[in-house]
Amino acid sequence: MSEGILISVYVFVLAVFVGIELITKVPPLLHTPLMSGSNAISGITVVGALLSAGAGESRLSAILGLLAVIFATINVVGGFMVTDRMLGMFKKDKKKNREGESVK
Amino acid sequence: MTSIANWVYLLCAVLFILGLKNLGSAKTARRGNLLAMLAMLLAVVVTLLDQQILSFTFIFTGLIIGSAIGAVVAKKIQMTQMPEMVALFNGLGGAASALVASAEFFRGNGDLQISIVATICLSVLIGTVTLSGSLIAFAKLKGIMKGAPITYRGQHVINGLIVAMVLVFAIMLVLDPSNWKMLIGILALAAVLGITSVIPIGGADMPVVISLLNSYSGLAAAATGFVISNNILIISGALVGASGLILTNIMCVAMNRSLGNVLFAAVGSDGGSASGSTEQKQVTRYTAEDAVMMLDSAQSVIIIPGYGLAVAQAQHILQEMTEILMERNIQVRYAIHPVAGRMPGHMNVLLAEASVSYDLLYEMDAINDDFKNTDVALVIGANDIINPAARHKKESALYGMPILNVDKARTVMIVKRSLSVGFAGEDNELFYDDKTMMLFADAKKMVTEIVHALKA
Repeated sequence: MSEGILISVYVFVLAVFVGIELITKVPPLLHTPLMSGSNAISGITVVGALLSAGAGESRLSAILGLLAVIFATINVVGGFMVTDRMLGMFKKDKKKNREGESVK
Repeated sequence: MTSIANWVYLLCAVLFILGLKNLGSAKTARRGNLLAMLAMLLAVVVTLLDQQILSFTFIFTGLIIGSAIGAVVAKKIQMTQMPEMVALFNGLGGAASALVASAEFFRGNGDLQISIVATICLSVLIGTVTLSGSLIAFAKLKGIMKGAPITYRGQHVINGLIVAMVLVFAIMLVLDPSNWKMLIGILALAAVLGITSVIPIGGADMPVVISLLNSYSGLAAAATGFVISNNILIISGALVGASGLILTNIMCVAMNRSLGNVLFAAVGSDGGSASGSTEQKQVTRYTAEDAVMMLDSAQSVIIIPGYGLAVAQAQHILQEMTEILMERNIQVRYAIHPVAGRMPGHMNVLLAEASVSYDLLYEMDAINDDFKNTDVALVIGANDIINPAARHKKESALYGMPILNVDKARTVMIVKRSLSVGFAGEDNELFYDDKTMMLFADAKKMVTEIVHALKA
């Protein structure tokens, strides 16, 4: 089992590095959607919540699990939906270059 | 089941990574978000097929309630309120992680391995700190609580003691996992710690705090992953943890402050009058008509939006002004300082909402050298981010902070309600410069007047 934990630590550390590589390249333009999107991803804890809420052995655990499912689902659904709404607002100017002069 | 589920979890991890990668470019960002959504859906579905699950009543109740609340909030929220919403959601994520860890603890009935108990403690600690800290950040952003730092003597000592006590409780729980009172103790202490560590941080530093809490919510999920030995939680949590840390760092660099200084130095005020300036300085007031004469003869204009613009809800009328100017062949660009707004990238979203196309939005480094060739720099509701004191006034709180080179433009127009100072409490010499035109008014009122005068 302690070896299992060790492997989990390996996975964690490597994933942190992947995260750093990915996020460093995100331009400031997208920082808010990135944050609300990654916020939604942190709602992955819903997976653990489902297991707790569904395991019938302990009443207390199931109730804690139910609360966890509610909170995590708000996080996931709200986070992804608002990110999508936000990203839908980002538009390129179609009228640009009309005068033959680009702004970039 | 586990083997199939684990393969699917691996697929989910890949999709999350691809999603985040796509979120890095404006063209693919929406697809990236959809990929992450798909990954989450897959993870939930495959978990529901788990044979450990005996009862679905609670699960579906929770999923329905949570989805309904989440959907309503996501539809109704104003873009100016995004920082509050993200703060609150961070808190909920942290709470969920702490709850899952607690549920696992009580399910174990005192019969748990040492490593599991230790990770439960960690998850409850981080999750609860995230929750209570986020609630305070939410209250400060929402204005329920004053933005000014709350300080008292021995603040750091007390926080240190709380951490030490958490450690003692955790050790006792590891030694005797049936002693559930210790877990309640950790929970209570963590809740207090979240509060006491966020109240001394000023309102202007909230972008840093939200980013950091974002990171914590990820770490809490990862810790929960260790508790239930689930790699998808560990991977996703680590990704979010890293992302939050990077954004935290970007915000700190943009303010030229260390994270330690933001968290512990209790910097900031609610704004007010400038202190220490005894000399009488001349300010010239101008009207919208004066501004229009200047704009009409300009060839290039850079607009510098600050949070005052969003508070006044002047983004939409500003976009109208931009369109008029561009129709007259005047080059218009926006210069966005990294800390404009109340969270990382906030100003970009506020302008996007007002249909400002994103190729007009320039980062500080991309546009700073262009100010010297620009006819008019139009500053709306911003102050500290254009204050030249950051360059030369060593005793200023702003000293060293990267600023927009607005003072290099040929003419500077500043729309502002009064001469009051910004969050840093530093008077702005640019207000008194000969080439500066001060337009004293509410941002929306002034821009509306400018638009009317332009059309006339």
